[in-house]
Amino acid sequence: MALFTYETKKDTRSGFGAGMEYLSQHNPKVVALCADLIGSLKLEGFIKNSPERFFQTGIAEANMIGISAGLTLGGFIPYATTFANFGTGRVYDQIRQSVAYSGKNVKICCSHAGLTLGEDGATHQILEDIGLMKMLPGMVVINPCDYNQTKAATIAIADYEGPVYLRFGRPVVPVFTPEDQKFEIGKALNLVEGTDVTILATGHLVWEAIQAAEALLEKGIKAEVINIHTIKPLDVQAILASVKKTGCVVTAEEHQYNGGLGDSVAQYLAMNHPTPMEFVGVNDSFGESGKPAELMEKYGLNAEAIVAKAIRVMARK
Amino acid sequence: MQTQEIQKISSQVRRDILRMVHGCQSGHPGGSLGCTDLLVDLFFSTMNLKTDAAGKVVFDMDGTNEDLFFLSNGHISPLIYSVLARRGYFPTAELATFRKIDTRLQGHPTPHEHLEGIRIASGSLGQGLSVAIGAAQAKKLNGDKSTVYCLMGDGEQNEGQVWEAAMYAPHHKVDNLIAFIDENGQQIDGPTEKVMSNRDLEAKYKAFGWNVMRMDGNNAEDIKNTLNKAKAELGKGSPIMIIMKTEMGAGVDFMMYSHKWHGVAPNDQQLQDALAQLEETLGDY
Ligand SMILES: Cc1ncc(C[n+]2csc(CCOP(=O)(O)OP(=O)(O)O)c2C)c(N)n1
Ligand SMILES: [Mg+2]
Repeated sequence: MALFTYETKKDTRSGFGAGMEYLSQHNPKVVALCADLIGSLKLEGFIKNSPERFFQTGIAEANMIGISAGLTLGGFIPYATTFANFGTGRVYDQIRQSVAYSGKNVKICCSHAGLTLGEDGATHQILEDIGLMKMLPGMVVINPCDYNQTKAATIAIADYEGPVYLRFGRPVVPVFTPEDQKFEIGKALNLVEGTDVTILATGHLVWEAIQAAEALLEKGIKAEVINIHTIKPLDVQAILASVKKTGCVVTAEEHQYNGGLGDSVAQYLAMNHPTPMEFVGVNDSFGESGKPAELMEKYGLNAEAIVAKAIRVMARK
Repeated sequence: MQTQEIQKISSQVRRDILRMVHGCQSGHPGGSLGCTDLLVDLFFSTMNLKTDAAGKVVFDMDGTNEDLFFLSNGHISPLIYSVLARRGYFPTAELATFRKIDTRLQGHPTPHEHLEGIRIASGSLGQGLSVAIGAAQAKKLNGDKSTVYCLMGDGEQNEGQVWEAAMYAPHHKVDNLIAFIDENGQQIDGPTEKVMSNRDLEAKYKAFGWNVMRMDGNNAEDIKNTLNKAKAELGKGSPIMIIMKTEMGAGVDFMMYSHKWHGVAPNDQQLQDALAQLEETLGDY
């Protein structure tokens, strides 16, 4: 039985592009910057509508972050955009000092996060970015699951005052959340109700978690699936309510175990409600070149992996 | 080696590049084709590489007492892979695995999979010149008289780290280094002049204290002459920068004169059209 259906597959980065196009027409304070990757970030619509509010930085990401911090002083809302590796790891101290510590209203919006960028390989496949960004005091970290949600998040963060890291990806994935949804930062979304195991998923892994819940249902296991689109601030109320009911939890993300959604959840539960837990993620290794689906299978980041971890964690209750 | 022989190898390397990128439907043919003539000259003629008694190249990570090459613009990986394979570092059959799962020929070059000939990962732009300078200084500390070579892109010049390295090398008199900029005038979002103008690279590097030369990077004769001139300038207190004018996509008429083929793979028909322009001189892998 299909718990969710979809009509089309689209890339989340195109959801970002659509959100930016909307903002070009509806929020005159939004400015966009890009480091020689306009096409990859789907910024053509924004640039066409608002060329005077777009700044091409060339391949100079550190400069882009600093320029963004400066632009906030006139009340502008800079969206600094590039690939996730170059927009976080490469410019960590620029973000730390000029944005986070200085409390600047900069939106760092990055595509090609995780393994699913595919063939470019490990130099581009950052699996540490959620950790890097969530460690910064005051930084909001968002990893939406599909096109519609990425578009909604892109629009919503303009109305939030403060630094945000918005992470999305390259491949086309099912579009299964509502069009024109309202995006609430920090509000987890219960997608599937269940009583046996809680699956907390973020980004591309949300769809895989739904597929896992279907497979588990066929085995008579009722999994609860929650879309944790915001990793920081974490919706601990929703998580606590669910694990109190199910008694065990699996987290799923396209990221290292270290620093990811899983370790935020583990830290919270260890302090407040110790619960058997399993992790779906990359276990302390770099990625590699390959087709996205091949990589997700090799590194154990698909529905089958979630099913296996769910069964294992239930045995530990 | 005669330039005619070098041109023959270059033709085969260009075929390899196109077939590799076509085989996985991803990768960067434009810059790879543009820099082919330089890399073939370096690896088949100019560089002094370690060989065994039978004359076969042997790889060890330290590379002491041999010339070293660092590719900073790592996206032109098909080129370095083809050149390394054709030079004998690993079997040419392995070129067919480019960018496919479990390959040693990763999308961007890396020593992580222990591929012979690769000493540093690149792909995130702007880092290679620093590494090359460090390797050149290690050679000096070891009393090793060989030379370090490094290639960068012109778009890559946008990165601040390049200029940190540019300042460091003359200051520390790193005069066993010959670096190159692939001045094809293109980067991802369009012509370099429009995206982020480099203005006068020659004047900039001169002002930073480099010995700057220019050459036509798609002319085997000019490459040979300029490299000979550059080698004569080694050990004179300054690092050497060769700004080489190239055409992105050089060797395939429909891939030239734009940035369109920076990172796009040819389809079946385009591959056939491209290969028809390049003689198969050494046998396809
Ligand atoms: C730090 C970093 N930022 C962005 C990119 C994405 N990127 C890959 S190639 C490229 C353009 C490079 O231009 P150039 O050096 O002129 O190489 P060419 O396109 O001429 O081969 C960009 C922006 C990258 N690889 N690394
Ligand atoms: Mg270029």
